[in-house]
Amino acid sequence: MRAMVIDDSRAMRMILKRIVTKLNFEAVEAGDGREALDLLADMTEVPDLALIDWNMPNMNGLEFVTNVRADPRLREMTLVMVTTESEQSQIVRALAAGAHEYVIKPFTEGAMIEKLALLGLVPTGANS
Amino acid sequence: MTLSQAEFAFVSQLVRREASIVLAPGKEYLVEARLIPVARAVGAPSVTEFLADLQRRPNPQNQRKIIDALTTNETSWFRDREPFAALTDVVLPELVKSRAATRKVRLWSAASSSGQEAYSLAITLQENLPPGWSYEIMGTDISTEMVKRAETAEYSQVEVNRGLPASQLVQYFERVGAHWRITQSLRRNVSFRLMNLTAPLPAMQPFDVIFLRNVLIYFDVATKRTVLQNVAKLLRPDGWLFLGAAETTIGIDDNYERVAAGRTSAYRVRTGAPAGAARRG
Repeated sequence: MRAMVIDDSRAMRMILKRIVTKLNFEAVEAGDGREALDLLADMTEVPDLALIDWNMPNMNGLEFVTNVRADPRLREMTLVMVTTESEQSQIVRALAAGAHEYVIKPFTEGAMIEKLALLGLVPTGANS
Repeated sequence: MTLSQAEFAFVSQLVRREASIVLAPGKEYLVEARLIPVARAVGAPSVTEFLADLQRRPNPQNQRKIIDALTTNETSWFRDREPFAALTDVVLPELVKSRAATRKVRLWSAASSSGQEAYSLAITLQENLPPGWSYEIMGTDISTEMVKRAETAEYSQVEVNRGLPASQLVQYFERVGAHWRITQSLRRNVSFRLMNLTAPLPAMQPFDVIFLRNVLIYFDVATKRTVLQNVAKLLRPDGWLFLGAAETTIGIDDNYERVAAGRTSAYRVRTGAPAGAARRG
């Protein structure tokens, strides 16, 4: 399984990478949505999962989600927003744009694993 | 600093006596970690001094605080998933047939802690009962603090991240400042009350489904048996009991039989079980 971690904070990328690596994902990083799309364009194998920050330079997370959803080649990718944006209306917008799940920062490792379990990407109880 | 043997023994005896909970040796660190905020809240300089003062001058209020601190657990939404899937896929279709006359189901979240399980049940019923059906969920807990919290139905950002799908967060919660509160449409079907499962239980209408999960693990065998007998009296004869994954009635109370329910197991009272076991209602 492969995961893409998209966040302009290097520290956050490290945290997310550590979590997904523990869950046996092979992780690739991108610093914003544009960089992530460029990386995806060059990949022969599409990642199973993308963890996406909302507020990033060049291309934000919502625009990234919209772009991914418009590309049939990327339709199998599971998209999870991981962001400090916590307004109800923002969550609704992200889900409507095609995000599968939404994790509000700050989060615990256990909470992230539970969300991935909801999506069937890790077994239920993987963090117990 | 970890608790001394004498301090641990004092706390163990207190929770054993008041809540029938067995604290096995080796839990000193956990007990101390839970008591640090309690000691701080009452203005004691340390857990040691808090306990020493309580031993010199017994104080029911502070004893209660210890029990609350040691009986409440972090919990998540739809914890373990499988029992909720079994409720949706196996139990509700059966209840929809057998309760067609009343179109009503009653569920009990025994040991409801801060309410996540009871509200997860409410969400499950809201989404899976046919139109025109109603439901009642009762949550009970031994901790007054937790009953109050569950009634308030407000959860922090960190708590709503725990196992709750985002689509349900936006549908069944509303933002209240930095917190999220369960909507009135769910809250009106859910009530909470204080209850000690090891004491004789109050008379109540029996339940179609009881979630008694991750409760028995705290008790010795005799207390487990008492709790299971108490609960059986409040389970309809064709009702379903769900225990935690590490719990069973086998070897403790033979009035129950384990049955497959989706990808997990549930327990039902055997036909012909002695009077008193799930015979009311």
